[in-house]
Amino acid sequence: MSEPLYGLVLAGGRSSRMQSDKARLQYHGESQLEHSCRLLAPYVDQVFVSVRDDQRGDPARASRPQVVDQPGLAGPIAGIASAQALHPGAAWWVLACDLPFLDQATLSALAQGRSRSALATAFRSAHDGEPEPLCAIYEPRSSAAVAQYVADGGQCPRKFLRLHPTHLLTAPNARALDNINTPQEYAAAMQDLNPAAATTKSIRVQYFALLRDQAGRSHEQLATSARTAAALFAELQQRYPFTLAMDQLRVAINAEFAEWTQDLRDGDEVVFIPPVAGG
Amino acid sequence: MAIFEFSHAPLTVADYPRRLANVASGGFCAFEGWVRNHNEGLAVTRLEYQAFELLGVREGARIIEEARSRFPINAALCVHRLGDLGIGDVAVWVGVSAAHRDEAFRACRYIIDEVKHRAPIWKKEHYVNGDSGWVNCERCAAPAAHTHEHAHAHDH
Repeated sequence: MSEPLYGLVLAGGRSSRMQSDKARLQYHGESQLEHSCRLLAPYVDQVFVSVRDDQRGDPARASRPQVVDQPGLAGPIAGIASAQALHPGAAWWVLACDLPFLDQATLSALAQGRSRSALATAFRSAHDGEPEPLCAIYEPRSSAAVAQYVADGGQCPRKFLRLHPTHLLTAPNARALDNINTPQEYAAAMQDLNPAAATTKSIRVQYFALLRDQAGRSHEQLATSARTAAALFAELQQRYPFTLAMDQLRVAINAEFAEWTQDLRDGDEVVFIPPVAGG
Repeated sequence: MAIFEFSHAPLTVADYPRRLANVASGGFCAFEGWVRNHNEGLAVTRLEYQAFELLGVREGARIIEEARSRFPINAALCVHRLGDLGIGDVAVWVGVSAAHRDEAFRACRYIIDEVKHRAPIWKKEHYVNGDSGWVNCERCAAPAAHTHEHAHAHDH
């Protein structure tokens, strides 16, 4: 075939339910965006990252060429339409970056099962049998239909696939296409992916300011299997009526500022830092 | 000399300038933050400061070191009050000595600005009507990506 197959990793979401940038979350020792790009790279001629206009300068999204959403479009369908407008002759392998269970077997199954006579090739959802639009190959011929769908106000790529001839495959791994949207799902996914790391640790947590009032204590010693500070905070959100979201806080481990994704070790001292107001 | 300290007792501001005195300095300037009786339209009766002191002392020392590397100053000191404060009390004191006034003013400004933005210190306001609230925590209802960089509501 003469037309290229390009990869489009979708990193333009707002991650509002996760309360922190899903593209930067780490499940496999690197950002999930980078991990997704590296998984996809062997199957395509080039990998692009789909971003919103205001994310162009984000260093976390700068390691690959970008496809910037066209003005006035929003959501994953915007990324797909913008990519097709940029390289109209290409087929696009669209991939969400919030699929931590995605594996090579799944990607290979899509590559091998691809049908060029359909507008797109996708997996059937393990949950409801509907097409999974965010790990799918969109053939060059689909671009006119996508553009029309978007022009008509369509926003849902799943609905787009349902309305157009799509070749559907069964995914070899039922969880491979599970997307992770909340801190609680993130914590659960981390433990499923890293069962060895999910041992119980003893962590001392200190609370300050509003968090101290809402936890009703200044400190406590916790037994937790949370692997990271993010997972620990998600656990504590279940226990206490915290009103501050994770992205309004910073975290310190052993009295130094730390990353949310840093692994916790037995005996660590963790402090969640609300918005400061000294002076 | 570059020091950041917390104090649970009222600040003894009369003692601080002499800690910055040295023969190479031709100027000294200080900034004092005071507790005022109102904020954002509400009458304030008293304030309560909390800090994560272990990290605060480290971050404060880093801020003062940054000021020293940016401006040719000779000495700097910042003392932040913790606990319960009444109207008119000194909440924070910053002093800098340098060969020339311009560096002293600029370094002093840098230190107070960075302390307000970065040091893990929190302030609870108590109002005339009996309510109270943690500044920057309770009235920022919509989650924002960079809450820590927002302009601070309680500028002195």
